[in-house]
Amino acid sequence: MSETDWDKVWVKVEHATKQFFTKKGTVTALEDVNLEVHDGEFVCLLGPSGCGKTTLLRMIGGLDAPTSGTVEIDGEIVDKPSPMMTMVFQEYSLYPWRTIAENVGFGLEMMKVPKDKRAEGVAKYLELVGLKDFGNSYPYELSGGMRQRAAVARALASEPAVMLMDEPFGALDAQTRNKMQRELLEIWEKTKKTILFVTHSVDEAVFLADKIVILTPRPGRIHEIYENPLPRPRDRTSVEFASLRKKVLQVIEELEQENANL
Amino acid sequence: MKWYTKLILPVAAVLIWEIAAILVNNPYILPRVEDVFAVFLTPFADIYGSGSLVSNAVVSITRVVTGFVIACVIAVPLGIILGRYPRLENFCDGLIQILRPIPPMAWVPLSLAWFGIGMTSIVFIIVIGCFFPILVNTIDGVSRVKKSWLETAKIYQASDRQVLSKVLLQAAGPAICNGLRLGFGIAWMSVVAAEMMPGASSGLGYLIMYTYNFGQVHIIIAGMIAIGIIGIAADQLFRILQKKKFAWEALDK
Repeated sequence: MSETDWDKVWVKVEHATKQFFTKKGTVTALEDVNLEVHDGEFVCLLGPSGCGKTTLLRMIGGLDAPTSGTVEIDGEIVDKPSPMMTMVFQEYSLYPWRTIAENVGFGLEMMKVPKDKRAEGVAKYLELVGLKDFGNSYPYELSGGMRQRAAVARALASEPAVMLMDEPFGALDAQTRNKMQRELLEIWEKTKKTILFVTHSVDEAVFLADKIVILTPRPGRIHEIYENPLPRPRDRTSVEFASLRKKVLQVIEELEQENANL
Repeated sequence: MKWYTKLILPVAAVLIWEIAAILVNNPYILPRVEDVFAVFLTPFADIYGSGSLVSNAVVSITRVVTGFVIACVIAVPLGIILGRYPRLENFCDGLIQILRPIPPMAWVPLSLAWFGIGMTSIVFIIVIGCFFPILVNTIDGVSRVKKSWLETAKIYQASDRQVLSKVLLQAAGPAICNGLRLGFGIAWMSVVAAEMMPGASSGLGYLIMYTYNFGQVHIIIAGMIAIGIIGIAADQLFRILQKKKFAWEALDK
């Protein structure tokens, strides 16, 4: 992997607004969102449920289009999923009829990478996520944590610049979740990927992110972009961690309070 | 449950049949088991100039397979399109719902008027019979493919063709296969009934109707048993295919 270039902007969102038109009227999910994600950054989108953080991620992923404003990846307007990025969903995204190895190689197969080269990539990333002995297993034979590891391996195998993650550990139990977070950081440090990670867990955001983007409840606006000053590796039990978590939590609770008073 | 528990009732039924046949003592009403069994010992023997048990079975199977293949070629692609585009499906739903409950046999007079007596007419009835179960199951299977599976394919730059072959057909495979199995079952029932219509001159349905004229009840029953066995065999074939190709469906919970 090349040197991290902090000036390089991979993701640029400008004045993005997303409205959904339903029979009951217009719902504004996101309003005038501006965001830049630089090379090698780990950015968490944090906010209460329904704040549009997943919608923002999907727009960056090219799965939803903004009603107004633009989303760019590497300087190009996104109107369909860009080959520069991949996305890891919360669950149910592995294909149950494919083995783990076939799932991990899915992206490469779609890009028509020859079989032997594909096998190389698959082996490399299975090893990286600690699943090298499970290539021939099927998703239903694996635990939830292992399945998400496979989903991460699949995302890495197509060698994207940016990895979008939509609450990838949301369905896991607390212990597995903490373990997966540590592993993801190790992978991030090894591969120098740019990661944009959606979560509603303050703890997760404080543990993982360089930057925490706090969104307001509907309509989602960026309330604050918080630079995370804690040095890595981070210790969840430290006083500094606790005080930062408290601070962020207070911001979120205030936002929810304001929303309830409206 | 052991496998042989399924055989207890059929064996009992044969025993009761044999006892009843002895009591009735009239082969024109209820022949003895061994007389029916004897028909299967000479499967290639001509029966009153109507051909043998095997040759008539081959005729029926050929008709069913022809009609079934035609129905598949139309219903599966159509089902995929309608499953993929809910608005179009909604638009077509009225017509499908009106046509679907009409039994295949109700199409016989119209079929005779259009195609005359013969192979075409019978194949048409079969196509009608298995078209709807295949169509409806394909639509259902395709429309229930998880959105995240399709979006994952898009994220990984899959072309429309790859989405179809690597995701849609795989994911909807179990439902489509189920539709094929149900469709084939109805096709098989339809062919036998269609062959009993006036003008038919071959097939298992024809054979049992024809031998009725001679009062050969043991051949009628032998023909019925042959129809049943072929039906079960086809059904089992689809089940095996389903189990082998789509094992993931039952396990992925």
